[in-house]
Amino acid sequence: MNGSPHALLVHNSVTAVMLKVMAALIPGVIAHAWFFGPGIWVSLLLCSAFAIGLEALILLMRGLPMKPFLSDGSVLVTAALLAVSLPTLAPWWLYAVGTIVAVGVAKHLYGGLGQNPFNPAMVGYAALIVSFPVYMTQWPAPIGLADHVPTLLEALDLVFAGQGAISPDAYTSATVLDTWKTQVKLGKPAEGILGLPMFGWGGGIGQEFVALMYGMGGLLMLSNRLITWHIPLAFLGGLAATAGGLHLLDPARHAGPLFHLLSGGAMLGAFFIATDPVTAASTPRGKLIYAGLAGFLTAVIRAFGGYPDGVAFAVLIANVCVPFIDAYTQPRVFGHGKAGKP
Amino acid sequence: MTRKLFTFNGGVHPEGHKAESNASPIREMPLLPRYVVPLRQHIGAPARALVQAGDRVLRGQMIGAAEGYVSTAVHAPTSGTVLAVEPRAVPHPSGLFDLCVVIETDGVDRGVDFEPLDWRKLDLSSLRNRIRDLGLAGLGGAVFPSYIKINPGSQKVDTLIVNGAECEPWITCDDRLMRERAADIFKGVEIMAHALGVGSVLVGIEDNKPEAIAAMTAAAPAGMEVVAVPTSYPGGAGKQLTYTLTGRENPAGARSTEIGIQVFNVGTAYSLYRAAYLGEPMLSRVVTATGHVASPGNFETRFGTPIADLLAAAGGPLPGASDELVGGPMMGFDLMDRAAPVTKSVNCVIVKNPELFPPKPNSLPCIRCGACARACPADLQPFEMYWYSRAKDFGKAQAYSLFDCIECGCCAYVCPSHIPLVDFFRFAKSEIWEREQEKSSADQARQRHEFKEFRLEREKREKAEKFAKAAEKQKETAAAGADGAADDDTEKKKAILQAALARAQKAKEGVTPKNTENLPPAVEKEIAEIEARRRLEAELIKDAGHD
Repeated sequence: MNGSPHALLVHNSVTAVMLKVMAALIPGVIAHAWFFGPGIWVSLLLCSAFAIGLEALILLMRGLPMKPFLSDGSVLVTAALLAVSLPTLAPWWLYAVGTIVAVGVAKHLYGGLGQNPFNPAMVGYAALIVSFPVYMTQWPAPIGLADHVPTLLEALDLVFAGQGAISPDAYTSATVLDTWKTQVKLGKPAEGILGLPMFGWGGGIGQEFVALMYGMGGLLMLSNRLITWHIPLAFLGGLAATAGGLHLLDPARHAGPLFHLLSGGAMLGAFFIATDPVTAASTPRGKLIYAGLAGFLTAVIRAFGGYPDGVAFAVLIANVCVPFIDAYTQPRVFGHGKAGKP
Repeated sequence: MTRKLFTFNGGVHPEGHKAESNASPIREMPLLPRYVVPLRQHIGAPARALVQAGDRVLRGQMIGAAEGYVSTAVHAPTSGTVLAVEPRAVPHPSGLFDLCVVIETDGVDRGVDFEPLDWRKLDLSSLRNRIRDLGLAGLGGAVFPSYIKINPGSQKVDTLIVNGAECEPWITCDDRLMRERAADIFKGVEIMAHALGVGSVLVGIEDNKPEAIAAMTAAAPAGMEVVAVPTSYPGGAGKQLTYTLTGRENPAGARSTEIGIQVFNVGTAYSLYRAAYLGEPMLSRVVTATGHVASPGNFETRFGTPIADLLAAAGGPLPGASDELVGGPMMGFDLMDRAAPVTKSVNCVIVKNPELFPPKPNSLPCIRCGACARACPADLQPFEMYWYSRAKDFGKAQAYSLFDCIECGCCAYVCPSHIPLVDFFRFAKSEIWEREQEKSSADQARQRHEFKEFRLEREKREKAEKFAKAAEKQKETAAAGADGAADDDTEKKKAILQAALARAQKAKEGVTPKNTENLPPAVEKEIAEIEARRRLEAELIKDAGHD
């Protein structure tokens, strides 16, 4: 079939969309490299290489055309989002396993581009945190707090040869979310915890600024109309409202909303993860419900769950609800009386 | 005066490409040696041919009469001889042939005597009939017979919207018409307003046509307002323009008269002026010939003009030209045959080349990005309709309001995966129509069968009753005959003869209508429907015989 329209928007393609998403990640990644050393480049490169190789292999196995699907850029976005969600300086096989789960299982076992019900990067992350919790909680300490920030060569050595020369204690620490949790369990007062050297003005030192940069990248996507305001706003709103409510109820056990917004994967999740169109709700009202739910669940998992951060599980649970949410939030069609279920 | 305008959701802003063709005045096409005039140039039933091969015709002579309610007449574009009435290539996406009157021009271009209409004095019903016989159909693209649209029926129409938006890229025929013939357009509008009995007239023109807005504003009589509307495709679609100007939404599946509005294209208004003031039938229209041609522009083109001749008038396709589009790039279709003629629905012919119209990239899977939903002026979720159309889950596709899609093409225009969404929607719609048709014909067959069973049963019963009655009567006559044996012979013979005649007469009257007498109303209705269908089928068979 070759019907109308005979004109198409120029410079518009899936590849262009994906490249713009990756471009929007750059401010956050640069901030990360600034505060935590060049390890982020290693994990980005590793995940991308694994992802491209795996994608090519699976396309070959599935008998799908190589060029259009490899050049659509979607697998690179998945790889990049997985890489920035994982701790840097972890052994190479951790990135490999994460990528295999994300691309092989979460994407292609469900049919490939556009067919996956769950966010592939978050499935990869979830599989790793369930399987290898020790590696997943060893994050590099920020510049100034670490005894030593590994150089690029040292980072490569750590990733490929394992932790030989430098002791992990020298360059890693727990995250602020993790620290908050363990310290509260130990009965430490909130002021005391927030006074620890790793805590900054909002979240963790360095991390708070990285989070702001991811937020800025998100605003870039917003102004480029790659995403709409609904999901980030509802996600951050749901998270802040729930965290704020808990904080008001019990300030000794629950940190304030600003801390939650600037810690862990909140900003990344709000602008880059929850907004993945394939797995997110699609109607305006549906997006608000879906992302509000994800934000709420993030706060709840952080407060009461066994894992330090809740973004991945919260998004995956919200993903499950998407078909249901979409079906009941259809916008009113022009000339029709009411919105709702089609 | 500034009017509060309403903004519809969605819409896109494709490159306009208006400057290519809107700079030069409308040019008159030269008289051609041959015209091919399709009998179906409007929505509804094709006109019934009034001429046959060998007939001499004059310009403006009716060669096809309106057939049925939704139909209108067709006229000879010039004087000459009918060469044939036969199927020819017509401008239709299918490329199928349709019945056309082929006229060889005699070069004299002699017309019939045109009789202007005294439209103010004429009663509205006769005015409408005259307009039907003058062949008027909407020139905005839908070519709906105009005489029906100027009949408000039982609805109260309060606002007449005159559509000069011309939102499709490349097309400038309405732009030029408004610049050059504004006063005459308003004369036509006045007749429409008169026939509809409306008080308020709004002329909507997209703000990328400042010259047309100025010309129309200068020519607008009191009570008619020219409104500049924002340039946004499909701002000229009837429902969207209505909403922009009045804030009223056309209810799904209903005519605009239900919300008190009627919409006409400026070209139709101009044709109505010619029909009323000059008595001239719809014989020509302004057509944009543009794209990769030597001398793009607008041409006053008689219906029946082969598109090849129109392109020749525009200087002909330049080297590197590929094929042609009929209509605009957003809703037009590829022309299959340049011999196909210009009809009432052809507003533009675009000659393509690979730079202006690059080949469409291959499509990728849908990533549910929702760009289509944001672009949709009908507030639909095209990607959901796409999933269901693709899966042939037509019930679901309909639940997502498939039939509210106006096929404007905005969704496919913005799709980053380059999915031909509109093609999928057309496919789904035609599949649904076909299934409904199949279902209704199956229903009909079942009803027919049931009625036949009922009829056979009844006939059997009636026959039995008749025999019983006849037997009784015979008994009675035999008895009577035995009593009156002594009477006058001649008298008796006469009586017998008369009785026999009466019986024969009665039988003659009674036999045919017998099975349809004294039936319940429901069955009678059924019979009437069946009779109507039989007549229709007979006509169809007759028509097919002409082909």
